[in-house]
Amino acid sequence: MKEIYLDNNATTKVDEAVFEEMRPYFCELYGNPSSMHFFGGQVQQKVDEARKRVAALLGASPDEIIFTACGTESDNAAIRSALEVFPEKRHVITSRVEHPAVLTQCRNLTQKGYRVTEIGVDSEGQLDMAELKAAVDADTAIVSLMYANNETGVIFPIEEAAAIAKAKGALFHTDAVQAVGKVPINLAASKIDMLSLSGHKLHAPKGIGVLYLRRGTPFRPFMVGGHQEKSRRAGTENAAAIIALGKACELAGENMAIENTQVKALRDRLQSELMARIPHARINGGAAERLPNTLNIAFEFVEGEAILLLLNELGICASSGSACTSGSLEPSHVLRAMGVPFTCAHGSIRFSLSRYTTEAEIDTVIRELPPVIANLRKMSPFGREFLKEQ
Amino acid sequence: MWDYTPTVKEHFLNPRNVGDIPDADAVGEVGSLACGDALKLYLKLDDNKDKIVDAKFQTFGCASAIASSSALTEMVKGKTLDEALAISNQDIAEFLGGLPEEKMHCSVMGQEALEVAIAKYRGHEVAPHDHDHDHGPAYPDQEGTIVCKCFGITDVFLKKVIETNKLTTAEQVTHFTKAGGGCGGCIPRIKELIAEVMGKQESGEPRKRPEKLSNLKKMQMIQEVLERDIRPLLWADGGDLELIDIDGPKVQVAFRKACAGCASSGYTSRVVEQKLRDLVAEDIVVEEVAA
Repeated sequence: MKEIYLDNNATTKVDEAVFEEMRPYFCELYGNPSSMHFFGGQVQQKVDEARKRVAALLGASPDEIIFTACGTESDNAAIRSALEVFPEKRHVITSRVEHPAVLTQCRNLTQKGYRVTEIGVDSEGQLDMAELKAAVDADTAIVSLMYANNETGVIFPIEEAAAIAKAKGALFHTDAVQAVGKVPINLAASKIDMLSLSGHKLHAPKGIGVLYLRRGTPFRPFMVGGHQEKSRRAGTENAAAIIALGKACELAGENMAIENTQVKALRDRLQSELMARIPHARINGGAAERLPNTLNIAFEFVEGEAILLLLNELGICASSGSACTSGSLEPSHVLRAMGVPFTCAHGSIRFSLSRYTTEAEIDTVIRELPPVIANLRKMSPFGREFLKEQ
Repeated sequence: MWDYTPTVKEHFLNPRNVGDIPDADAVGEVGSLACGDALKLYLKLDDNKDKIVDAKFQTFGCASAIASSSALTEMVKGKTLDEALAISNQDIAEFLGGLPEEKMHCSVMGQEALEVAIAKYRGHEVAPHDHDHDHGPAYPDQEGTIVCKCFGITDVFLKKVIETNKLTTAEQVTHFTKAGGGCGGCIPRIKELIAEVMGKQESGEPRKRPEKLSNLKKMQMIQEVLERDIRPLLWADGGDLELIDIDGPKVQVAFRKACAGCASSGYTSRVVEQKLRDLVAEDIVVEEVAA
């Protein structure tokens, strides 16, 4: 069965051109970029080129790019660094809808005596800017807010948030893992101090990430040891993956327009067709500004895991904010923070597209999903009652 | 992706007995939309009103909830009401070739719906079920006091599930009943209930210290007594201990959580020592170590 992959916010296919770019750096050009000889030196040149390509996508300078192992490492490094830079400051601000890479770390900090404020969101998933403004004070070491939400695709007004943080002397970090490559980012004209990105979300392989560190921003490394990455991230460079990420960023820049035309058009079609064909459905975060590739849609009276497994039988790969998929018992923290009623949250499905998604694939989902929902509703005691009322 | 058995998958993809029985003799309903799963079970009895001749269900829930409901309806057909009541949630799980532990609450939901249906049929008063509440009682017929406010689960129900499934940790109780899986505020109370159930099992059959023990057996028994008899008591007070080492008669433990640094930990050590002397060997010495 050929899969229809609509789970690109979880991970993406490595672009063939990206794979070709990294391929020689395993068995042939395997030198250590830090070595003095020509064999390592030629790898160093490619790593430098990759650094320039990543910087170009972000509107940054190459020396502001630190390669890490993943988005989670970048997030951890950013927050830990800020706390070490400002040992006297004991306050951290984040949001209630962050990825666990940030949220878990912040919640752990409360056990170490830090004051942690989690800013709420409205029913569309948009950040409460008034709450943010009121929360930042002279004690705030760092404000860490995601650029775009992985579950709903909702984009935060990140520049405005950065300005609020900077005005009170706090550092500003953004987890931009879902945004990079999908929306244009220009850090040259920005107040963001630190930004995390992850390779495998933009068609590079897993195991490579970046922490952008604005020039002049005080920093204490998370990984110590060798002098790699100007002593800001020790450990031998993952040269092949870095080179791959460089290529992926170059392609992301070239394809940015496609994300906002072709991909967005397919997402919008999927959304409007499903809404037209399936009663008692709602879009989570539908009224907010969203990533062009993400659709989070809730179906009342049915449960997400059951939907996912039936889609799985048809070769369709999506994900769910339902409690039952994760093994936890409450629906996703993002949907709960938005106040999505439990009755909808349990039946929420996320489709996330990429530039590889085809019209035929979307047509298949539009055709196959309505009967899946209808059958589960027929089986559900609530579905039958409510549908009878119509 | 969940590791479901082929039988679970089969019953999820091709559920048996979906629907309702308009002239059902007994109907049992548990769960709610808010809780994330719910089951309505219909039973039709023979003319003597003793044997179940037909069973149907409607389920809102994940794959294992649907499969558990399907399995249950297959299992009860042809059984008398008393035989049906003897079906436990483990029987349902076994019928399906097992369920992931996190999904055991689906089998509990099936067993509970069956119990509610038969209780109602036999004339026991059962409170009507309300769909619209946010997290009201999931098992409205259960007596007792609500322990888990998120999922509306009572102490009487929890003790029953702890006892029948021999649960020893709060995490297991959450997997089997969902209690404690929301805000987590009731987890200390769940630990107390585990301790209560364990204490009760104790009193039934007084245990005696064995005459002679091999070293290996002795070490096993010490661990067993710590797990079964001592840690649940400490949990009830928010404390815990960890076994560090056993060296001949010397048992080294470290106190954790509320017990760590507690002024009366010396006293607690003596209690632990006495318990081990009573149940394992009279020469045992308990030492507290900082680890």
